This record gives sequence, C-alpha cells and structure tokens, in this order.
Amino acid sequence: MNALSWDLQLLNTLAALLLLLSFAMLAQRRIVALVNLLALQGTLLFIATLLLAWRTGDHNLYISAGLTLGLKVIFLPWLLHRLIRRLGVYWDTEPLLNITGTMLVGVLVVIFSFGLAQPISALASTATRNSIGIAVAVILIAFLTMITRRKAMSQVVGFLSMENGLFFGAMSATYGMPMVVELGVALDVLVAMLVLGVFFFQIRDQFDSLDLKNFEALKEDQ
Amino acid sequence: MEFIVLLGTPLLGALTLGMLGGRRWAPEANVVFSLVTFFAACALTSRVVAHGNLSVGHEQFFVDAFNVFLVTLTAFVGLTTSLFSRPYMRIEAEHGRVTAGQLRLYHSMYQMFIATMLIALTTNNMGLMWVAMEAATLSTVLLVTLYRTPASLEAGWKYFILCGVGISQALFGTILMYFAAEKVLGSEGVSALLWTHLNSVKSQLEPSVLGLAFVFLLVGYGTKVGLAPLHNWLPDAHAEGPTPISAVLSGLLLNVAMYAVVRCKVLVEGSLHSTLPGRMLMGFGLLSVVLAAFFLWRQRDVKRLFAYSSIEHMGIIAFAFGMGGPVANFAALLHMTVHSLTKSSIFFAVGHATQKAGSQLMDNIRGLITLSPTVGWGLMMGTLAILGTPPFGVFASEFLILTTAMKQQPWATPILLLALGVAFAAIFGRVQSMVFGDTTAKRLPHPPALVPVFAHLGLVLMLGFFIPPYLADWYRAAARLIGGQ
Repeated sequence: MNALSWDLQLLNTLAALLLLLSFAMLAQRRIVALVNLLALQGTLLFIATLLLAWRTGDHNLYISAGLTLGLKVIFLPWLLHRLIRRLGVYWDTEPLLNITGTMLVGVLVVIFSFGLAQPISALASTATRNSIGIAVAVILIAFLTMITRRKAMSQVVGFLSMENGLFFGAMSATYGMPMVVELGVALDVLVAMLVLGVFFFQIRDQFDSLDLKNFEALKEDQ
Repeated sequence: MEFIVLLGTPLLGALTLGMLGGRRWAPEANVVFSLVTFFAACALTSRVVAHGNLSVGHEQFFVDAFNVFLVTLTAFVGLTTSLFSRPYMRIEAEHGRVTAGQLRLYHSMYQMFIATMLIALTTNNMGLMWVAMEAATLSTVLLVTLYRTPASLEAGWKYFILCGVGISQALFGTILMYFAAEKVLGSEGVSALLWTHLNSVKSQLEPSVLGLAFVFLLVGYGTKVGLAPLHNWLPDAHAEGPTPISAVLSGLLLNVAMYAVVRCKVLVEGSLHSTLPGRMLMGFGLLSVVLAAFFLWRQRDVKRLFAYSSIEHMGIIAFAFGMGGPVANFAALLHMTVHSLTKSSIFFAVGHATQKAGSQLMDNIRGLITLSPTVGWGLMMGTLAILGTPPFGVFASEFLILTTAMKQQPWATPILLLALGVAFAAIFGRVQSMVFGDTTAKRLPHPPALVPVFAHLGLVLMLGFFIPPYLADWYRAAARLIGGQ
C-alpha cells in the first residue's frame, strides 16, 4: 500500500481536527469560547479548501476558500462577538443533558455517521472521500449541540457549525458545489445572521434575556 | 421578456418599497407591483400554452406544465393578498400596532417573498431552488415578528430555527444528488444540478445515494411543507404574524415547498425503480392528516385553527402525490390550487373578523353575520369550501383522491375518511358560533377588502363545476410529468 502524500495526510488531519472541535463545542458552556471555536473551525475549513484547491488546481475552490475566509473566519465571529458584548450574554445555563451524557451520545453519533457515509465513500472518486463520514458526524454533532442548549446564541453557533459540516461534506464528496450555488448559500447564511442580529435585539427588548426558557406561551399543543 | 418582468418586478418592488415603503401610498404601490407581476405571469402562461416549454438564461430557468400553473397561482394570490393587505395594514397602523418603519419592512419583504417563491418555482437548478427556499424563510421571519409581542418572537424564533435546520437537511440531500449526478453528467459546467438534465439521465443515477438523498430532501423540504411530525413551526408562524402573511404562507409557501418535494421525488423514483419515495410521502401525508385533525379540537385561536387545517390539507396532497399515477397526480394538483385559493380567502375573512373583534380567540369572536354580513358569509362559505362540501372545488379533488385511494390503497381510505370527518366537526362547530350569535363590537374605520375573498371563492366554486379545458390539459400534462405508479 502506498504511503499517502503529505497534502492528503494534512487534509485528513484537518478533518480529524474539525471533528475534535465539534466535540469541544458540544462540551463548551462559555459562549465567547464557543464563538472562538466556531472561528477556529472556519479557519481549518479555509486551510482545507485552500489545500484542496492547490491540489486539484480548481479555480472555483479558490473562490470558495476566499468566501470561507471572509465569511466564516472574519465576519461571522466578529458579528457574534459584537452581539455578545452588546447583549451581555456570556454563559449558557446547564445544558438539558449533562456534559458527560452529551459526549457519550456524540460518540454514538460518530459511529452512526460513519455507517451512513460508508456507501457514499465507496462510490466517491475524490481524494478526500474518507472525510465524508467526518462531515456527516460534524453535521449531526452540531445538531446535537443545538438541541441540548437553551440559549439562543449557542443554538445559532450550533447552526453555523452545521453549515460548516455541510460545506465540508460538499467539498469532500464532490470538490464543492457549482459556484452559483455556493455563492447563493453564502448569501443566505450572511442574510440569516443579519436577520438574527435584529431578531436578538427584539427578543432582548421584550424579555430582558436571551434564555429560551422564557418561550413557554405557545407550548400548549406539543 | 415576460420572464424578466416576472422575476424583476417583485425584486424591484422590494428595493423601491424598502426605501419608500412607509409612505402613505405604499400599499397602493404594493398592489401595482403585484399587478405587473401577475400580468407577466399571464403573458408567460399564454406563451407556454402556445409554444410549449421555455428555457431561459442558459437553462438556469425553465418553465413547463408543472410549474407554469403554480407560477400563475402564486402571482394571482400575491395580487389578491396585496389588495387585502391594503385596508388591513391601514387599520393595523391606526390601531397603533405597526409604525411607519415596520410598514416599510412589511411591504419590502412582501415583494421579496413573492420574488423568492417565483425563483424557487422557475429555477432549473436544484441548488438555486434550495437557496430561494431558504431566502423565502428569511424574508418572512421578520414579518412573523412584526408585532414584537412575546408570542410572535417565540413564533419567529421557532420558524427560523426549525426551518433553518430542516432546510440544512435539504442542502445535504442536494449535495448527495449532485454527487450522484456528477458521476453521470460530469462536473464540467453546472449541468449536474439542472433538473432537466437530471431527469433525462435519472435511470442511470446511483440508487443507493439517491435513496439516501431523498430521505434528507423529504425531511428538509417536508419541514417547510409542514408535514407532521415536523410541523411545529407552522401554527405559531401563521397565528402570530399579520394576517396577509398567514394567507401567503398557507396559500403559497407550502405549495412551493411541496413542489420542491415532488420535483425531487420524480428524480428519485426514476433512479430507484421502486415506489419507496411514494410510500414515504404517503406515510408522512397520512400522519399529518390524522395528527392535524385531532389537534384541531384543541385550538382556541382562530388562525391556529386554520393553520392546522393547512397541515391537514398538505397531508392530503402529499398522500395523493405519494400514490402517484395520472389520476392521483391530477387530483393533487387540483387540490393544491383549490386549497391555496380557499385558504387564503379564509384568512382574508378571518383577518377582518379578528380586527372587528380585537382578538384572535374564537370565544371572543361572535355574531359576524350581524356585524358585517359579507365577512360573515365569506368566512362561512370559505369554511364550507375547505371542509370539502359540494359543490366547491375542494370536494372534487378530495373525491378524486378518495376514490383513487379506494382502488390503489384501500387500507388508507377509512383513515382518511375518519380524519376528514373529525376535522369537519371540529372546524364547522367553531365557525358556526363565530358567524352566528350575539355581539357588541363596533364597525371598522376602513371598509374591508372583500373582493379578494369572493373572487377566490368564486374560482373555487367554478373549479367544482367545471375545469376549463386548457387548465385540465395543464393538469394532465403535469400529472404525466410527475408520473409514479
């Protein structure tokens, strides 16, 4: 069996680090640190995309890398930090399930993801096909983060982490989506965050807090 | 040309009204933009009827029998809703519930919402369709929270997060579909995401990948359709936003999401050579019908009541598309049309009724017939229509769906009939006491817009008696396109 080339090894390492960061986010309760982890995840994604662009010589991937840098490494973390400062939300409350329990569920999720991704990886012809399982795991762990948190801000970070996973999945399986789609998705994420910014201030003005436990009024039919 | 006007007008409207939407004439401008969009849709339709399918902008957009009638329907309901919203929002402003700034946001986002739905309907690119669907959510989130009440903020948050997560699943499904298509069509250019190209090679697409993709796509777009158990956002978003928005969410957005599901189903069924996608749709559909029918009993808010009724009807449509075959598809398309028209007219009538009563709680709404006979009769007729009483069009489509179900899926018929019966009893009893009964409420400062209500109900009535031949031809062509069975 051939030894893997250095760039592929680096890509695999980056993929592993992405998953590790997802677990770190699952355990992190300080919201500022959560945003920093998200920014770090974005940075890893940026490096991975750049490396893949260099490896395949695909111009579209350079543009994707640029988008990732601008949006996920610089703009979104900046926006979130600003929101945190202005709204004064620094800590999340105790998650719905304690951290050890959540981590154990996370491990099961990873096993499930690799099982799910098996047939896709087997068909893929990209060099990065082994990372598809990791991408699915990142998506599902982000989902887990969202459902175990109570603060609106942590849920949003989970949402963005899920988007990172999707982006990584598209990259590993097909070297990214067509350009027009990627631009559209990036635009949607950007607008979503701006809408959220407005939305958070509305919630805070109404409730004096961003804790979703205030949301009880519409529960009658669940 | 028509096509550029069709997509360009609402976008231009969103920009213009974004700057000037707080002015006194903004509601009229909103109507004008919607009217131009509607004329463009009519022109486009006549062109497609005359010359067949149309493809625009390097195949990025296309119009065929399936989407052209939805485009017209969307533009039409967009127009009538803008007519309704003119007096409605004026009254809200006079009651002090919205400021000029909020009105500007409202008008701008209304046009934006119409634009995103038209893009989602006409695009040939599955990725672009996803982008437009997400944009449709984003443009309405701030409209759901327009009144800034605690309940509306919660509804907006639920809408944002649930639809956001749901639609992320759909993105993953789209990625998987692209992955499978790239094997056959190659990654050069963007043809691997174009529906027409995918459709022509669908039998060569890898079944295991497409099967997995469909699960994600169904869950993703299904969240937006409001299929149970992913429907949690829907009643809240319908109940807490301004009523014109409830009307377009229920009448249009759910249809567009259903359209996305059906487009995906066509591809996946072609690849799998089995009816598995159809069976999944039937399962989700039946569950929605039954759940919604029983939740209807627990509602006290009139807009929530009709929101659950939308879930029920979307379930029926999903079930019909799931059965597949020319008759069931025909019935599903007809049901999409009549549901959209009837439900938006009900929301128009409900909007005026709640403004008169000053409350959305059904216990506080009484005696509409003495207060304003037209609103009262509008609501009563709309309710009878939506419950499937003859001679309205909903009866025709439900009858077709039930008889097809008896032939193809006999086990499901009693469940459907039971659910329809339960829903009938739940809704009719409530509406009866709202329309008849004593009241002390006052008249409204602006005369309500009732032309849209009766225009819609008139069309639904007509579809019950007689479907114009060209419309029937469309439905048949679209039903053939969707296939199944």
